Amino acid sequence: MQPLTKKVKQVERKPMTFLERLYLPEIFKGMAITFSHIFKKVPTVSYPEQTRPFAKVFRGLHVLNRDEEGREKCTACGLCALACPAEAITMEAAERVRGEENLYREERYAAKYEINMLRCIFCGLCEEACPKDAIYLSETFAPANYQRKGFIYGKEDLLIPNPLTQPEEYEKAKGERAPATQ
Amino acid sequence: MYSQTEILKEPEINSSNSAEGELVINIGPQHPATHGVLHLVVTLNGETVKKVEPHLGYIHRSIEKMCESLSYRQFIYVTSRMDYLSAHVNNHACAMTVEKAMQIEVPTRAQYIRVIMDELTRIASHELWWGALAMDLGAFTPFFYAFRERETINDIMEQTCGARLTMNYMVPGGVMADIHPSFQQKVKDFIKLFKSNIDEYDELVTGSVIFQSRMKGVGCLSKEDAISYGCTGPVARGSGVHCDIRKIYPYEIYKQVEFNEIIETAGDSFSRYLVRIKEMKESIKIIEQLIDNIPEGDYQAKTKAVLKLPKGEFYTRVETARGELGVYIVSEGGTTPYRIKFRSPGFSNLSALDHMVRGSKIGDLMATMGTLDLVIPDIDR
Repeated sequence: MQPLTKKVKQVERKPMTFLERLYLPEIFKGMAITFSHIFKKVPTVSYPEQTRPFAKVFRGLHVLNRDEEGREKCTACGLCALACPAEAITMEAAERVRGEENLYREERYAAKYEINMLRCIFCGLCEEACPKDAIYLSETFAPANYQRKGFIYGKEDLLIPNPLTQPEEYEKAKGERAPATQ
Repeated sequence: MYSQTEILKEPEINSSNSAEGELVINIGPQHPATHGVLHLVVTLNGETVKKVEPHLGYIHRSIEKMCESLSYRQFIYVTSRMDYLSAHVNNHACAMTVEKAMQIEVPTRAQYIRVIMDELTRIASHELWWGALAMDLGAFTPFFYAFRERETINDIMEQTCGARLTMNYMVPGGVMADIHPSFQQKVKDFIKLFKSNIDEYDELVTGSVIFQSRMKGVGCLSKEDAISYGCTGPVARGSGVHCDIRKIYPYEIYKQVEFNEIIETAGDSFSRYLVRIKEMKESIKIIEQLIDNIPEGDYQAKTKAVLKLPKGEFYTRVETARGELGVYIVSEGGTTPYRIKFRSPGFSNLSALDHMVRGSKIGDLMATMGTLDLVIPDIDR
């Protein structure tokens, strides 16, 4: 193997003057710039006392949607699980029996629906894949947890509160990204 | 060929047969100056660096293997996690490879949006590098100034793409959603803000004699060596290599845009620094040309729900903030790739580190490594 060279083209650069070699003027010059920033507008937000609003399209935690009568929209078709690049979604389907028409909108529903938030990459493909507008990403941020198993969100964590029985909680959880109710 | 026993042999570097007076120290994998989980085994003689051996693999997630089980729509999003500072450009490269294979015509509007986003990402990436480099050298304040400007870009990204760092905005055939109505105005505001602030950068850091004496003549890499190590991006351009993919293999609408390829010939850390600072100004120039002329039309070409690539091999390369990113797909005609290989810029740039810092002081090792702009998840993948 040919030995590698360390040839470098010399570039004309003038040597430092005595004043420059002192470095002191440079230090004060830098200080002056940083000092002038004291009088400028503060760009930071004192989180958690203050929070900044998220954009309307921000992709945060998932929400399993209900329709205006409080029935679950999800039919457990599995398209979201298929579309998920991180394989974070698992579900189990069940058939609706008589008397449950006020709970589930269609004949099939998700008996178990889990999203592993540690695997999720918040890409929004599940929302895009869903034919029933049953899942969407809200602008809520993923909260911290003490244990890893706490990040596996079940149906009770994901499902939006019922708009008929808990209208206040429903409005709060709905967010601005929710698709229009049909 | 090595036999297996030879490979499994203990590395000599930690054994006692190192030369008299030499000291072997480990920098990393948890060290603030390596900006990630990079492990450098440094052989020192006093303060002089004799040898640097990077140990990789701490953040290897086998993204290439993972991509083999994902569809052509899904695998794009995983690549945001390689070089997370230029996630847009990674996604862009993957989307372009799929488009090239399927011969999808991308609408002009989508091309404009893509290029603007790419350049914004490049500025954001260089901003972070600039702040982190100054922090490596002991100046903490520039880090905050850089992040203040980067925040503006992140806000623009959040408003249009829905996320701040891993945007997932590119899809095969265009972009995921149309731009936000106030996107153009926000970008113009950012350009105005940035132009007034870049002078402050120059005054605070570039023009500073203290900074220059840490940078000049340190970590020299000649043009020949830059080519033999396969360096790309600002590292190679700092050594005088003409290697900007946007110029030599123009993709999307880079052909119609006027901008200069920045080449410095000195090959030391300071010229690599200058290349990146000037590149930010060039990116601003590109955005200024495009932002007012985004044509009307579709933002996404009509594609099938399930993408199937024809049988064959496809390769695309783009210029990320760190250098040349190549995406190589081998397809057998199915819905998932048979093999994917990413040629990441960080890996080749890191390989030149040993050659650059041999014989210099350990403080210069940090300064040189800072100018390489390493992103470890990009190196390991």
